[in-house]
Amino acid sequence: MKQQDFEMQHEALWQRMENLLLILNKQRKASASLPAGDAADFPQNYRQICHHLALARERQYATYLIDRLDKLVLDGHQHLYRARGFLLSQVLHFFAAGFPALVRAEARLFWLAFALLYLPTLVMGVAQQYAPQMVYTMLDHATLVSVETMYDPKGAHIGRERQSDSNFLMFGHYIKNNIGISFQTFAGGLLYGLGSIFYLVYNGLFFGAIAGHLTRIGYGTTFFPFVVGHGAFELTAIVLSGVAGLKMGLALLLPGDQTRLAALRDASQISIRIVYGVIVMLLIAAFIEAFWSSSQAIPPAVKYAVGGLLWLGVAAYLLRMGRARAA
Amino acid sequence: MLDTYRAIETPEGVDLRLCVAGPVVRSLAWGIDLLIRSGIYIALATALSQLGKFGLGLMLVSLFLIEWFYPVLFEVYRHGATPGKRRMGLCVTHDDGTPVGWSASMIRNLLRYVDFLPFLYGFGLVSMLLHPDFKRLGDIAAGTRVVYRETKKNAVSIPAVPAQPPPFSLALDEQRAVINFAERSNTLSPERMEELASIVFSHTRKQPNRTVNQLHATASWLMGKKS
Repeated sequence: MKQQDFEMQHEALWQRMENLLLILNKQRKASASLPAGDAADFPQNYRQICHHLALARERQYATYLIDRLDKLVLDGHQHLYRARGFLLSQVLHFFAAGFPALVRAEARLFWLAFALLYLPTLVMGVAQQYAPQMVYTMLDHATLVSVETMYDPKGAHIGRERQSDSNFLMFGHYIKNNIGISFQTFAGGLLYGLGSIFYLVYNGLFFGAIAGHLTRIGYGTTFFPFVVGHGAFELTAIVLSGVAGLKMGLALLLPGDQTRLAALRDASQISIRIVYGVIVMLLIAAFIEAFWSSSQAIPPAVKYAVGGLLWLGVAAYLLRMGRARAA
Repeated sequence: MLDTYRAIETPEGVDLRLCVAGPVVRSLAWGIDLLIRSGIYIALATALSQLGKFGLGLMLVSLFLIEWFYPVLFEVYRHGATPGKRRMGLCVTHDDGTPVGWSASMIRNLLRYVDFLPFLYGFGLVSMLLHPDFKRLGDIAAGTRVVYRETKKNAVSIPAVPAQPPPFSLALDEQRAVINFAERSNTLSPERMEELASIVFSHTRKQPNRTVNQLHATASWLMGKKS
């Protein structure tokens, strides 16, 4: 077929596609305001044009024509295969079943990350009772003094100094710090897992130093009611971001029958889904910490009771949810 | 593998040609984004400072959101490009050429933290220089690459000479070479043009100016300007 005939025959289709792509490129989302037939015919027309491009190349038509078809195919490809947003039902299903199932599938890594966080906490906490100066390996004196004043039972404000409008300030502070820490714990996994291990152990030691020190000087009565509630979400979330990071590190160390890079790509697809869950858990934690844990109107007994329920709730959620569907 | 074109075969059986972007242009895009983000921070800080501690809390939340999610939101909702990337004509795609989605964008942007180590994208730069597709670590893990959005071909002019069919049929890459030669005519010196043209016509020994002219004529015929 002569090139001119070829062009004449298909010009109308190409024009339609070009106009459609022009509209699509301007739009943020693929939504209603497209010419009615065009949207429905898009995949079919796109395949047609792919065919034209292959023909044009094979028949060695002029380069301007090939370039034009090339651009049409490239643009069409971008729109046909573009990512779809999350549907609400997908999000709900993820948190009702997908996320706990993912965590259960990584049970070994979970217990490893769990140990990496809590063993240093325990060791540091207990060591304080015998060698009080150990606390200075983690904190300098000024920080320690400010921590002491925060949790002083005789002090006016437990937790941190606050008036009512500063609750939101602390909410922002917790969001920025805690989610930042867990993102670092996750990302550090890319360094063969070393970064995740470091952040887990470091945070464990830090937490152990403060908890041990405050217990030793008798401030435990204010400290533990404060942390028990949001700790259920915050500490578990840090363990889980460790799981996500270690998963990537493990894929690099033990890639199995894949190349290391392919194993890393597969692992990171799973890890990022765990991180989605971690983000939500930390949001909940920040909310509890800012508006519940710090409240002084609530007696410690209630805080312990609610905190215990929250821990049980988190454990039950991760252990039980979504089992029926998976089976 | 010396040039930066990568061919990707689509499910429809045609090859897409994408041109991967290197460290310099990507740093520039990052710089533009940094300026934009700083602008937003300053504006936010000025506005929210009126609101006392509540404003400060809001500021911290927005700081967190912008710092981590600014690139993600733009990449997912604005055709794979942050404003900086858009300005530099870049976009992010999956390895198979499809537009970047939530998971891949989240992975590459959260892992940005490791690329930033030990300071100012040290690991990222080393990784980019070692990788044939200029991927930083986040790109490797996410399976994404940064490519040029458009091959800059719009509005190139070739010398206006009467079109003339080539004396014998040319293969596609030969056609491209001739057209590229004509497109570059305003950036090459006449001597250099003659030199290049003489490679083609070395066996015919015509007077130099005619050979250049003849190539331009062939190019304009190939571009579809029938005489």
